[in-house]
Amino acid sequence: MKKVRVLIRPKKGLLDPQGRAVREMLQDHGFKVGEVVVGKVVEMEVDDSQDVKTLVEKFIVNPLIEDYEIEET
Amino acid sequence: MRFAVCVFPGSNCDYDTYYVIRDVLEKEVEFVDHRTRDLSRYDVVVVPGGFSYGDYLRPGALAARTPLAEAVYEFAQKGGTVLGICNGFQILTELGLLPGALLPNLNMRFVCREVRIRVENNNTRLTKKLERGEVLRIPVAHHDGRYYVPEDQVRALEERGQILFRYLDNPNGSVSDIAGVMNEKGNVFGMMPHPERASEDIMGSHDGLMLWYSLISD
Repeated sequence: MKKVRVLIRPKKGLLDPQGRAVREMLQDHGFKVGEVVVGKVVEMEVDDSQDVKTLVEKFIVNPLIEDYEIEET
Repeated sequence: MRFAVCVFPGSNCDYDTYYVIRDVLEKEVEFVDHRTRDLSRYDVVVVPGGFSYGDYLRPGALAARTPLAEAVYEFAQKGGTVLGICNGFQILTELGLLPGALLPNLNMRFVCREVRIRVENNNTRLTKKLERGEVLRIPVAHHDGRYYVPEDQVRALEERGQILFRYLDNPNGSVSDIAGVMNEKGNVFGMMPHPERASEDIMGSHDGLMLWYSLISD
């Protein structure tokens, strides 16, 4: 088994209302912040034999609206 | 004519849809659950609204990877009529039967109210009983209804007549005010507004009825 972490964020250029809401909240509290992006993390234990890229692209992310990175540890 | 209404764990407009088909249209209708693998005995498959699988991962993402979703895909490939409403629309985009995706509403709020939509193409199985430009009052109820396709694709959809409805009062930030689309072949339809909630006067509007009548007319 290997441990796989998938970092998923809204596709670059797509409006991210969650990130915008968090940024505005931080700015309301006086913090000087620029762009904020809210995404999600999927952590999986996957058998070494498995094709992680296919698994992620077909079943975990929607490439039309999401960017992602796969980290294997 | 026999309808199937898809039921996933978390579907919640399945009974409303079933009721309208059986009691208002007086057509044959059956529920099919998420394990169903064969839809060949049906003429129209409706994927109803709700929160299938709790909207986990993304709305529609898990439902789109069930045996029933594969059966819907196959049914559509053979030319069968498929209508996805709200979460059903999200499922059909996740399944790749319809272009685009549904993103969280721009204001991050759940919007539940009547909207007005304009018929953009009345030359389809779903809209043939309507006039082009006709305005319908139909409710929406969603958190993730912001239709998205890349800008260049909006024009392509337009040119091919794939845009079915546009909001007059865009409630969610959808690109180009799009409220409903169909596939290129013209047999798969998706819309965020709920026609099953606007099919009897007692519900405040019967403007959804003509969509159902279109589906059942030759």
